[in-house]
Amino acid sequence: MTVVTHTASEATASAGSSDVTGPLTIKGTAVELIGLVKNYGAHRALQGVSLDIHPGEFVALLGPSGCGKTTMLRALSGLDGIDAGSILIDGNDVARVPANRRDIGMVFQSYSLFPHLTATQNVEFGLRMRKVDARKRVARATEALELVGLDGYGERYAHELSGGQQQRVALARALVTRPRVLLLDEPLSALDAKVRVQLREQIGRIQRDLGITTVFVTHDQEEALAVADRVAVMNAGVIEQIGTPEQLYLQPASPFVADFVGLSNRLDGVAGGGEVIVQGSSIPVLGDAMSGEVTAYVRPEDLAFTDSGDGMDAVIVASSFLGSLRRTTVRLKDGTVLAVQHDVQERPVPDDTVRVRFKGRPVAVRPR
Amino acid sequence: MTAASSEIATAAAAAGVGTTRFRRRWAGWLGFTPFALYVLLFLAIPTVYAVASGFFTDAGTFTIANLAAFANPTIVGDFVSSFWVSAVVAVLGAVIGAVICFALLAANPAGALRTVVDSASSVLAQFGGIMLAFAFIALIGIQGVVTVFLKQTLGFDLNASNGPLLYQVSGLVFPYLYFSIPLMVITFMPALEGLKQQWGEAAATLGASRMTYWWRVAFPILSPAFWGSTILLFANAFSSFATAAALIDQGGIVPLAIKQQLTSETIVGVSNTAGVLALGMIVVMVIVMTAYSALQRRARRWQR
Amino acid sequence: MSAVGRVGAVPGKATSRIILAIAAVLFILPVGAMLLFTFRVSGSPGEFTFAHYAAIFDPNQELTYDQLFQGIGNSLVLCAITVAIVLLILLPTMVLVELRYPRVRRMIEFVCLLPITVPTVVLVVGFVPVYQVVAGLFGSVAWTLAFAIGIIVLPYAYRPIQANIAAFDLVVLSEAARSLGAGWFSVLGRVILPGLRRGILSACFLTIAVVLGEFTIASFLNQTTFQTALFLLQQTDPYVAAIFAVFALVFAFVLLLVIGRVGSFTRTKRTAR
Repeated sequence: MTVVTHTASEATASAGSSDVTGPLTIKGTAVELIGLVKNYGAHRALQGVSLDIHPGEFVALLGPSGCGKTTMLRALSGLDGIDAGSILIDGNDVARVPANRRDIGMVFQSYSLFPHLTATQNVEFGLRMRKVDARKRVARATEALELVGLDGYGERYAHELSGGQQQRVALARALVTRPRVLLLDEPLSALDAKVRVQLREQIGRIQRDLGITTVFVTHDQEEALAVADRVAVMNAGVIEQIGTPEQLYLQPASPFVADFVGLSNRLDGVAGGGEVIVQGSSIPVLGDAMSGEVTAYVRPEDLAFTDSGDGMDAVIVASSFLGSLRRTTVRLKDGTVLAVQHDVQERPVPDDTVRVRFKGRPVAVRPR
Repeated sequence: MTAASSEIATAAAAAGVGTTRFRRRWAGWLGFTPFALYVLLFLAIPTVYAVASGFFTDAGTFTIANLAAFANPTIVGDFVSSFWVSAVVAVLGAVIGAVICFALLAANPAGALRTVVDSASSVLAQFGGIMLAFAFIALIGIQGVVTVFLKQTLGFDLNASNGPLLYQVSGLVFPYLYFSIPLMVITFMPALEGLKQQWGEAAATLGASRMTYWWRVAFPILSPAFWGSTILLFANAFSSFATAAALIDQGGIVPLAIKQQLTSETIVGVSNTAGVLALGMIVVMVIVMTAYSALQRRARRWQR
Repeated sequence: MSAVGRVGAVPGKATSRIILAIAAVLFILPVGAMLLFTFRVSGSPGEFTFAHYAAIFDPNQELTYDQLFQGIGNSLVLCAITVAIVLLILLPTMVLVELRYPRVRRMIEFVCLLPITVPTVVLVVGFVPVYQVVAGLFGSVAWTLAFAIGIIVLPYAYRPIQANIAAFDLVVLSEAARSLGAGWFSVLGRVILPGLRRGILSACFLTIAVVLGEFTIASFLNQTTFQTALFLLQQTDPYVAAIFAVFALVFAFVLLLVIGRVGSFTRTKRTAR
């Protein structure tokens, strides 16, 4: 968070953003979404959602498909209208301004490059719309392609570029006009795993360097946690929780968030006095004190195998190697199935009997 | 001895294997004989004959004298009429058909409307000939519904200038459009559906109005498919015979002239006129196709 | 969506409806006029009658329509033979190309699409001498036209079958069947033909539609088919000719509606991929 405000203020200092031909820096702009409502027939896709985005901040909208995250991004872009609410960019309500006059940059999931134009011509498109003269256009486009690491690819057509390269051209095209806000609509989901991570890092770096206010829609929690300053977890048309990646992971505000962000074992327990009793063990509770019957959300890394007498008897069901660690599924005597994360040196064999204990780290609980 | 005989046996076996493999390979190619024979007898030979016959006299000796037919004003007139009717039909049909395709974009591609339009287009694109001629005689013929209606309400006689409109070469434009527009819908719709939604959205977020999007994105992307379909419409109209045969008695376009010349050759000093005209038609088709492929070459770099 | 306007190529519902309504009216008009014509009374414009329909079944007028019914009979025979040509000559060739000689696919495609670019009238000039030979072999009978019509049908039959082959991955599936121990004949009967059913069906329907509408070849080679008989009948009894034209049109429409249904199944399958 602190890092973000810092970068943003730096960007503001070096401003001059409205001059399209100046050096490629962008002044972060504040975005406020207030009480957005959007209906598709009888279905309410956005149920009065509000969100404040600071200048230069990188916010991810995370959630399962149909949660309203894309609807929200499209409302902000102007590609879709809203039924109620206001959208403030830099303090001005743009809810009724059409997409082509909102001054935003957008990167789509895939296939968004114009196939009949070269990479350079694609990047120039927005500048052409802004009547920038030809010489400056080419210089800006070349600079933008350099920014995304594609110098020398300017003469290629979309089908002559790989999926990752196409998305980088799309990013350059979205950035070259120095838009007030950058919108990324699942830009990585059509790419293969390795390229996805590389491009994700590149997007994060460029965003920080430029200080551009960015909204990133994704259904991949790992992606959201890796790049965003703050993540808004959405479900059924509302924001369940908004916070830094650490806050979401360590202090999930709802079972949905605990479930969706990272992997959690759901266990029944009884809470009281800042602790919860689960399977006979007492574990500290995160957040507000609570009492009574609860569901505890225990992360696989909060469980361990043990040789000593304390802990629960369990039978190994299956185990998978995940590179730097191993995740094993076990079944307790009462039938509860748990995921345990542990060192790769331990190699559990299915049907073996083991003992599992809680490491005693605080866990999230919800009333049952 | 034993070693030698076994050697021979191996060699013989090897040879045997070789011939079976050889035979099997040939057996596979043999599968093409029915198709090859059929196409040779009923496509290759007729086409070559039709074109080549123009270069022979009735006695069977080679000549280029028959090409004199192309100096005959009637023949030249037929070619000019054929070309103009086909060109007008192709361009009008392509534009109107494209507008209908555009309207169809709003319909659900799996919906009932699309199924009906698709089927109707397939039927009407094949609906040349006698039946089409009937329909237009009933519509704008001398006693046609529209003709009578116009005369009674507006006092306008559709057939006033130069006699009955439908029985002139220029009148062919109407029935020809009737099968050309559906053909355009069939061939152009896939291209229009190929326009990705993201292109429109990307253009909008980059500051383009809807007009600019059409002008700078949609039209350039669609133009190869559009001209391709237009050429197809031209070729289809150019070679159409049945509709004209049912409407026009005295000739006036090349296919009718071929029919006339096949039954009675009328140009003095020229034999196998039908063959000469067939050659002329092929030449026009080749020219049009060449122009088209030159046009396509420009688009090829960005097309997959 | 209303607040910020549309983007992209898709028109508004109202624009779309207006265009389609105008097109529908313009395209229905000629057929409607033809239908109206079948109820007209010769010489008195205001009157309408079913007499022309009754005349078709009037035994006293049988002679008038004799040639038409003969033409229809000939056209149905031509349909059967042309479909047989598609199934026995074109289809096996396409399967063979796909399974064993994919290199010649471009060539077969070129040959099959060639009849679009060579005008039928040009072909017919060449058919005249070929049919002098054919008539010597089989006599000058209508069914022999099927060989010529089979050629102009090639593009219409080729495309649906090829589209089906492309969507179906013939090679992988037949190799899978072979690896499970199936012989070539059971692969053909149990894998390939059922898999290509839709393409084959569309090809057959289109073939029938083309054969029933064929006029040029029959006219040049002086044979009586549905279309040439209609042409002659028009000069003696235009009303009954128009009745049959309407029937033929409705028949073709139903035929292609069926193909449309078949086709839309394939389409949904393809988009699902």
